[in-house]
Amino acid sequence: MTLYLFLTLAVVSVITALLMVFSKSPVRSVLYLILTFFAIAGQYILLNAQFLAVVHIIVYAGAIMVLFLFVLMMLNLNSDTEPQKSTVWKLTAGIASGLLLVTLVGALRGSIQISTPAEANGRVGLVENLGRVLFTDFVVPFEIAGILFLAAMVGAVLVGKRDLQV
Amino acid sequence: MLILLFDTALILEKSILVIVLFLITLGVAAYSTYGERKVAAFIQDRLGPNRAGPFGLLQPLADGVKFFTKEDFMPNAAERWLYILAPGAFMFVACMTSAVIPWGTQLTIFPRPVDLQVADINIGILYVMGFTSLGVYGIMIGGWSSNNKYSLYGAIRASSQMISYELAMGLSIIAVVMLTGTLSLKEIAAQQTGFNWNIWYQPLGFLLFFICSLAECNRAPFDMAECETELVGGYHTEYSSMKLGFYLFAEYINMFISCTIIATLYFGGYNFPGVDPGWLGGFMGPIVLFAKIFFFIFVFMWIRWTIPRFRYDQLMHLGWKSLIPLAILNMLLTGAGVLLFEN
Amino acid sequence: MLESIRQIPIDYYVYLSTLLFVIGILGVLIRRNAIIVLMCVELMLNAVNLLLAAFSTYLATPRARSWCFSSWSWRPPKRRWGLAFW
Repeated sequence: MTLYLFLTLAVVSVITALLMVFSKSPVRSVLYLILTFFAIAGQYILLNAQFLAVVHIIVYAGAIMVLFLFVLMMLNLNSDTEPQKSTVWKLTAGIASGLLLVTLVGALRGSIQISTPAEANGRVGLVENLGRVLFTDFVVPFEIAGILFLAAMVGAVLVGKRDLQV
Repeated sequence: MLILLFDTALILEKSILVIVLFLITLGVAAYSTYGERKVAAFIQDRLGPNRAGPFGLLQPLADGVKFFTKEDFMPNAAERWLYILAPGAFMFVACMTSAVIPWGTQLTIFPRPVDLQVADINIGILYVMGFTSLGVYGIMIGGWSSNNKYSLYGAIRASSQMISYELAMGLSIIAVVMLTGTLSLKEIAAQQTGFNWNIWYQPLGFLLFFICSLAECNRAPFDMAECETELVGGYHTEYSSMKLGFYLFAEYINMFISCTIIATLYFGGYNFPGVDPGWLGGFMGPIVLFAKIFFFIFVFMWIRWTIPRFRYDQLMHLGWKSLIPLAILNMLLTGAGVLLFEN
Repeated sequence: MLESIRQIPIDYYVYLSTLLFVIGILGVLIRRNAIIVLMCVELMLNAVNLLLAAFSTYLATPRARSWCFSSWSWRPPKRRWGLAFW
């Protein structure tokens, strides 16, 4: 049952990701990517990481993709306005990424040995544990991320202001 | 996964609960349209609908029949599939949120106690936030795929408004979470026994949340998305028949759900002083909750027929320059209060 | 719940996220539209996040999961980018 669920979600996410890459209309690409994100959120729930799943939906589907959709609709970037790369380049890119896939899979094959700890703690994905770890062991990366946010906010304000003065 | 570990009785129980909830949601939404007209009529000193059935009570039914029998028109240049998909997506997202709301404690009249909540997930509030933020897609896709400039304007207005007000809404929810120390709606409702409601600790937070939920539902005075004088019909200009019906209907569902969440977060949910939610075999909890919900639905309508519509730049100024700073202030005050009084 | 998860070999998760990652790279290489390229980068980040979440569940430690947040912190620069587009 779990396996079938996993496989369904995996197939959905891969197919929608491919459609996202190959879709002609950018708006459709955005919508396909949203479906991919939903499939990945499903994987998170399967992994007992509900918090991660919901935050993933809020952050990606709720904020970032809306912004992308917004920009696409405002600028009305349709398929005919997008400059296409040459067929040779596309072929090369396809071969290169195919090679990368083969290399990665070859390198990873059989090299994953994981010993699961005896006492399985089902409450690992819960908010309390995550918060505790974030504010104790990972407090420095956490604060750095906060500073990054601040810098991005200041930058956004600056960009907006400059547009106003012109 | 989860389902395998549970028994069939539970599955049956939950399915019945889901269906009942769905029907109640639709019923409340249908009768909100009737209620809205009656409230409008009352405020404007008119009679309101009174032809279909006694007091016009069959009016929603008549409206439904009308929607179904109208011509289903589709513009030539529309993106066919997205155009059809959008109202359905909007409706679906609107209906999904009711899954995590605790409608009461437990029903005890059946052979086994029945929890009055479809899914008690430990991150209920975040789930609600997630689905409100998804509501934007129905509007955006619908407005864009109609291939009409007024629809597109309406969609862009609606979505930028929803994104802006979502921030203040999230910040005011964070204050509640800090106060109660949990993300589960069930625990939040259970903590507010008797008259110990969150509104006494979070008056500012409630006000912010209330304003934001008005904006999230695209209700007047924030109904910029369908401002008739400027945008013909807003994002659903090109929709007709039941597709339009879905949009209008989903708005009432959204209103119902936001009133439910206001009642649960700030007004004690199913609790009322002197009333045990377990009375009447557990039906007292839902009765109390629905009384609160209907009161808030009435307030929503009252506001709609009293306050004129905002101008678009006023709306954005209110959202970004008043509500968000106030919400941050509220969060800081709550944090200070929690530190002072809980230690 | 956790036991049922372990019916799936962790290799499956590794291969799935590898595949998603490679699709992201392919997209970055063949698309010209700047927003689509950004979306493909998003997809690559997501593949990594999925892997982190899977490992954190299999090892029963929240440590790996908390790194997901560091990859999320990549998004504000992107928002700025989106705003600059206006």
